[in-house]
Amino acid sequence: MSLPDLVLYDEEFRRIKDSLQRLASDANANVVFLVDKNGQQIAAVGDLQTLDTTSLASLTAGNVAATDGLARLIGEKEFSILFHEGERDNIHISIVAQRVILVVIFDERTSLGLVRLRVRRAMSELEKIFEDIAGKAEKEKQALQADFDSPFAEITDEDIDRLFAE
Amino acid sequence: MTFINYAAREINCKIVYYGPGLCGKTTNLQYIYDRTNPAAKGKLISLATETDRTLFFDFLPLDLGTVKGFKTRFHLYTVPGQVFYDASRKLILKGVDGVVFVADSQEARMEANVESIRNLDRNLKDQGYDIATVPYVLQFNKRDLPTAMPADDMYRRLNIKREPTFEAVAPTGAGVFDTLKAVARQVLMDLKKH
Repeated sequence: MSLPDLVLYDEEFRRIKDSLQRLASDANANVVFLVDKNGQQIAAVGDLQTLDTTSLASLTAGNVAATDGLARLIGEKEFSILFHEGERDNIHISIVAQRVILVVIFDERTSLGLVRLRVRRAMSELEKIFEDIAGKAEKEKQALQADFDSPFAEITDEDIDRLFAE
Repeated sequence: MTFINYAAREINCKIVYYGPGLCGKTTNLQYIYDRTNPAAKGKLISLATETDRTLFFDFLPLDLGTVKGFKTRFHLYTVPGQVFYDASRKLILKGVDGVVFVADSQEARMEANVESIRNLDRNLKDQGYDIATVPYVLQFNKRDLPTAMPADDMYRRLNIKREPTFEAVAPTGAGVFDTLKAVARQVLMDLKKH
């Protein structure tokens, strides 16, 4: 019996969002978002209307995975920061707590230096939050093994048929 | 790894389409994309070469509706089938919740199917999974070709654990949604164990 690796509850979700929001405004960035290494978007803030964040999340994770592969090939553990510079917009990518990816999209209204500075502060906040999440998950796991009322315990074949009934 | 977000009431699952080169993984995704209500799908992303061979992966996010009050989002990925892209294939299996193996029905491709299943088994192991327990569905694609082998023979050679098996013709969509539904069923039923 195993538990899903990442379970996010309201409290941590709010803390993550607050932290991202603060980073976006301190760094004067357009968009800040957090993705797990498998490509699932965890949270996003900023000017999201024009952005396909789902695709962004999956491509970011692919990018980081490929870069991780490159790092290992030359004997590095990981490249913890990636930066892509465009004509207007730039993307700054960093790895938090070795499992989630922090992405900042910014333009000429701010600078790479400021973004890096603010990202560093946000990273220590986020690391703390993910430590808490891990601690909570561990505690829940022990509690749950005794008695767990998962909302999914009652999934039936009919529930699944309904998903595909077009 | 299923990602359950209690705050947003969402379940996110990752399904990977695996198989030898040119077996029709991307075509499966393309058909699903074409036939899904625009509100329920995101963009189909293909990282492919100029000749339309998958280079890194294809990606299609799908919203299927709700189960027990949770929105279910499936992220469908394909791997590059060509043998020399093994490093990329391994990366895409990271965090997988369910696998669809797309087999090419042509007799000449049977060795490639067998080798690709072996490769899947190895790569799953490298990522800490066991093919015996991971949600898994088998698809015999290209059933319309005159060189297609009898399905019984294929079943004997390729079915490894009595996994649900479907015959398909991906460009016309035959069997495509049955395959997806079967793997989604296994993934969601797996949540019960959590």
